[in-house]
Order: sequence, then structure tokens, then C-alpha cells
Amino acid sequence: MLAKRIIPCLDVTHGRVVKGINFVELKDAGDPVEIARRYNEAGADELTFLDITASSDDRDLILHIIEDVAAEVFIPLTVGGGVREVGDVQRLLNAGADKVSINTSAVMNPQLVKDASDRYGSQCIVVAIDSKRVGDHWEVFTHGGRKATGLDAIEWAKKMESLGAGELLLTSMDRDGTKSGFDLELTRAISDAVDIPIIASGGVGNLQHLVDGVKEGRADAVLAASIFHFGEYGVDEAKRYMKQHGIEVRL
Amino acid sequence: MSVDIAVIDYGMGNLRSVSKAIEHVAPAASVVATSDPAVIAAAGRVVFPGQGAAPDCMREIEARGLRQAIVDAARSKPFLGICMGMQVLFEHSEEGDTACLGILPGTVQRFPHEAMHDDQGNKLKVPHMGWNNVHQAAPHPLWVGIEEGARFYFVHSYFVQPTSPDVIAGFSHYPFPFTCAVASGNIFAVQFHPEKSQNDGLTLLGNFLTWNPGERDTACDMSGAACA
Repeated sequence: MLAKRIIPCLDVTHGRVVKGINFVELKDAGDPVEIARRYNEAGADELTFLDITASSDDRDLILHIIEDVAAEVFIPLTVGGGVREVGDVQRLLNAGADKVSINTSAVMNPQLVKDASDRYGSQCIVVAIDSKRVGDHWEVFTHGGRKATGLDAIEWAKKMESLGAGELLLTSMDRDGTKSGFDLELTRAISDAVDIPIIASGGVGNLQHLVDGVKEGRADAVLAASIFHFGEYGVDEAKRYMKQHGIEVRL
Repeated sequence: MSVDIAVIDYGMGNLRSVSKAIEHVAPAASVVATSDPAVIAAAGRVVFPGQGAAPDCMREIEARGLRQAIVDAARSKPFLGICMGMQVLFEHSEEGDTACLGILPGTVQRFPHEAMHDDQGNKLKVPHMGWNNVHQAAPHPLWVGIEEGARFYFVHSYFVQPTSPDVIAGFSHYPFPFTCAVASGNIFAVQFHPEKSQNDGLTLLGNFLTWNPGERDTACDMSGAACA
């Protein structure tokens, strides 16, 4: 039976893993290659790297990090952040990424999702959707949650699927960094609306939140950062907890 | 320097991870990603990976004049197909109604929408993405050291249906059983990604690098034992 995936997420800037609260106030969490190695040994099913480097000068740093990780960690690696054109997708894949996550650029230029998936296959194109509740629906935000787009998150998810996204990384901006759990209603609404896998993200504070994301949110994978980085929980511990709660995992 | 392992490069997807994983299990081997038929012909072993869509894969194979090199390698030396590199070994793919290489009899079909739910009625997503149990339908040198039911990493929307059940080396469930590994003579091919399947994946790649199909067949003939 297909296992639900646990994906530690590494936010990387200036060659270091950091973690912020609601996308601000960054805290240093360590060396990306070292952390990737540790998560791999603990049984992470995949790893996601988000390059949150603000200046384009430091962009190439992430390529070297991915090259180093890919040379010794043999599980799927997803990389996102600053992907603007098909050439960026190519560079990340060449460095050793298996999937590339597109966020703001998918909104600015939806054709990029189609061009990239036509060229490299849907299996390597993840569309990241940052969403916030606005009135009675969820809206898509870009630029790390600072910019409203006016797009409805569910409609946007369907559009991204139709353009060739192989997977959606769904982050609740309301919950990110709060440790109060995923926005389950949002996760479930999107998971039910599309046929492609959904990664739930934003808000994990304890292991029950991971269980809820799968059981209530119907997520195919759960992504978390701070609960793993600061040693509160191990990836292996999280998997055992999920298994005890009746979720199929890879142990 | 002679090439031990040729990884066939036909412009479809990420070959780097395949090459890296092989280099990891065989640091002394020379591994070359190539689209040169002469290099493929001269290599001791051939790995045929691939991602993306079947029509694009076949078009790229033809555009690079690689069809004959692939057919010859699949007939003559240890040959490992991975993902799309497994699918196009068959005769026809439903994806884009594509005629494939026809090295193995059978077809490639999409996970049918109406079947994609579990026994509780929950929707199953396509692509089939993630770690699933691989059941070994028959013993094979490439399974050595890998537990029955071990999990491997998959990402695909289509699966092979071999005409002959004799070639089925492994199967998985999503939600019905489907063939995820085939073995025929010197060909072994898998739907999952050994290069992304951590320790068990590396074990399988290591087994491939020491596999000698000819010797195995001889041993079987001589002993008169039933060979899987």
C-alpha cells in the first residue's frame, strides 16, 4: 500500500537553514547538507529545500548545496524559491533536484507551469500555493505571503493541475509558524478538488497535527520544518506516531 | 578508458541522479551518460532511464537515432530499464497512443480513473507518487539482499501490462496489483526509481552491476533446476 509521506522542509538562505515565524524573524537552524543527511538517516521520505535568499547574487549557493546533498542522499529532493523561467528549472534539475517547486512565478506566468511540465514531465513540477482565508474563501498570496492575488485557491489548484502540475504544495499562511496545526478545511477542500497529490504545509506544532493532516485534511504528504529542526521530534518518531494512528508509513 | 556503464541520455529528464547513485555503489566504475550509439554498443552494461511522456520519449529516441542501439543492448548485455525506460520497452503505450520499441510483448496503460479509490472509498491520486511495497513475484539476482515487500519510490501515471506473465518479476498494489518489475534474459526493468529509493534502491543498483545473466542461465541449464 502506498505510504503517506513525511517531508522535512529546509528554508535556506546564505547557505544556511533558517526558520521564521509567519515568514519573518529568521532563526538559524544549521548546515543544510548536515541536516539533510540526518533526516535521510531518520527515514524522511523526501526533502524539500526552499531558497528564500532575497538577493539574486546568492542564487547559485543553493545549486552547490543541492549538488552536495544529491551526491549522498538518495531520496527525492524538491527545490523551490526564485524559479522564474524554464532555464531555472533546468539548472535545479541538473544540480540534482528531482522536483522543482514554482510559486510566485506560476501566478505571474501560468504558462511557465505548462512549458516546464511539457519539457521535463509533470512528475518534476510542484506548484506551491500560499493561501490565506479571506472572508468566506481562501485566496492565493505570493511573494512570501505579502501580496494578495485575488485568485481563489481552489480554482487556482484546479488550473495548476490542468496546466501540468504533478503535485501541489499547499501552505496556509494563517497557520505557518503558529504551531497550531494545518488548516484542515483548506487542505481537504483542495485535496478533494484535484486528482494529483497534495502536500499539506504550515502550522505543524506536534505529531497529532501530522495525523490530522492526513486523516482530516486528506493530504498525501505532510511537510514540516521547525518541529524537526529544533529537535522537538524526530522524523522516525513522527512516523511511528502516524503508524500507531493507523496511517500507512514507510518505516 | 572503456565505459563500464552507459546511461542512455535521450534528453528526457534527470539522468544525474541515476548516474550519481551508480557512482555511489561503484566508485571505481566508469559511468557515462551518453547518446552515442557507439558508446552504448561498447559499454559493458546499459541503464535506460527516462521521465516525462511516452510520445516525447519515443520522438527523442528516434531523433537521436538510438532505437537500434537500445534494441541491440537489450539483446546482448545486462540492461536495466527504469520508469519510462521500462515502459517504452513494450509494444504500445496508451499515453498519446504511442508505438514503442516492442522489445517485450505487452502494452502500457493509464491508471483507470474509475478504479482509483481504496476500500474505504477514499480517492487515490494519480500520479501514483511515493513509497509503495514491491512484491517479488519470482527470485532474481537483482532482488538479492532486498526484503520481500520492501518499499521503493514511485512516480508514474501509467503501468505496463506484459503479454506473458512469465516476465513479471515484481508487482505492487494501487489499488489493484500492477507489474512494477520485469525480467527477461539480460533485461531487468522497473517502474520505480531505485536511484531515489534509499538503501534498497542502492542495493538493487549494486546487484545490477554484478549481475551476469549469461552465467546464471548456464548454471540453470547445467543443474536442470527450474529457473525463475
